[in-house]
Amino acid sequence: MKIFFHFGRYFILIKRAFGKPEKISIYISRIFEEMNLLGIGSLGIVAIISVFMGAVITIQSAFNFESPLIPLYAVGVAVRDSMILEFSPAIVSLILAGKVGSSIASEIGTMRVSEQIDALEIMGINSAGYLIFPKIIASMLFNPILVVFSMFLGILGGYVFGLMAGVVSDYEYVYGITYEFHPYNVVYALIKSIVFAFIIASVPAYHGYYTSGGALEVGRSSTKGVVYSSVLILAFDLILTQLLLV
Amino acid sequence: MIEIRNISKSFSGRSVLNDISFRFETGKTNMIIGESGSGKTTLLKCMVGLNETDAGQILYDGRSFTELDFKEKKDIRKEIGMLFQGGALFDSKTVEENVVFPLSMFTDLSESEKRDRANFCLQRVNLSNANNLFPSEISGGMKKRVAIARAIAVQPKYLFCDEPNSGLDPKTSIVIDNLIKEITEEYNITTVVITHDMNSVIEIGDNIMFIYKGNKHWEGSKHQILKTDNPEVCDFVYATQFMKDLKTKF
Repeated sequence: MKIFFHFGRYFILIKRAFGKPEKISIYISRIFEEMNLLGIGSLGIVAIISVFMGAVITIQSAFNFESPLIPLYAVGVAVRDSMILEFSPAIVSLILAGKVGSSIASEIGTMRVSEQIDALEIMGINSAGYLIFPKIIASMLFNPILVVFSMFLGILGGYVFGLMAGVVSDYEYVYGITYEFHPYNVVYALIKSIVFAFIIASVPAYHGYYTSGGALEVGRSSTKGVVYSSVLILAFDLILTQLLLV
Repeated sequence: MIEIRNISKSFSGRSVLNDISFRFETGKTNMIIGESGSGKTTLLKCMVGLNETDAGQILYDGRSFTELDFKEKKDIRKEIGMLFQGGALFDSKTVEENVVFPLSMFTDLSESEKRDRANFCLQRVNLSNANNLFPSEISGGMKKRVAIARAIAVQPKYLFCDEPNSGLDPKTSIVIDNLIKEITEEYNITTVVITHDMNSVIEIGDNIMFIYKGNKHWEGSKHQILKTDNPEVCDFVYATQFMKDLKTKF
């Protein structure tokens, strides 16, 4: 029964977060601040993970495609499709759920236990709108950029490490990544990334916003935010794949 | 003036406030005192709308706060300044940004006008040369002063202070107390202070309400509280040996 309570309270909070802003100019500058914090601040981790993941997929694919019946350009196809369809939108979002989600939950949770949210409310400010709305919008705007960035770096990483390891030639890899390319796959990945971005920002924000107690509870909210957003990302990955690809 | 009528509040069936009525006068420092856990903070949170009341009315200059919708309550809240126990300053903003914040949200002042106003408020609370420091870089007393500066920045009609002296040394406590008193009289604000510090009560209390186990047990002035025969109030006022000795002496 508690799940219905949380669902209800979550949707009420989101409705409040999307309420009329007190001052639009402040909210816009807050969105840019959050894009800098949540988006630009995540470029490094996304770049490192994407390059290495692209490299690993290349080497593993080449290792598995030992049969002479499978052409080596299939390595390029495997890297491209793995990165575009699943790795960049879903796995990067899971990583961001950990990095960004814990940051959002602990930031808002700390503001709750140190009465900063109460201070906003007393001033007549919609605290949910002021704190959560810019994070959701910034995340939804920047996550697709991170996903495209990840796709590009993953495929590039696969290329560089594939050549360095000597498992695939320059021509075969490039031919593979262009072979039967469906631009819709990128659209599918971007749709997923926007939905996941909403989850990454809103679920930890919910857990942070309703923190009560002290430092221990802030830590618990942060963990809950990451766990629930990760589970929801996986669930929506399945749902969206069924809806958009099948 | 703020008037509360028959306020009751309970949490999970446990009654915290019972039928409390009181008038908080304008231009006066109205104090709510009582032991820890007596319901002072709950009453204050009910008054500003952070907690919903189970029964009763809260009137801000005749406007019934409890009967207003969310938007109308927001309008009244814009007239409220609040000093939280821990200051509740925004960690990510500097001292000046904290004071400028409500001005940015609710006024159309230019950047320089906002800075001037913030500097005026910070000087009013005797805090200069701290504009660019973050809350983590200043002392508890300075945090309270910044919080007062932030509260008065938008010229509130009502000022609520939740234990303004907690965690402060006696000298700084007196500074904060006097500041609250001066600001109340200077701007003709209705000020409500929650405290269990008797020094504050004697220093700045104009009207005093004593809460005991969620009930209004006594009300009067600071002169009356020293002479009352009410046993619970006496236990509270003369809790320390020093005060007991003082009472027998005079």
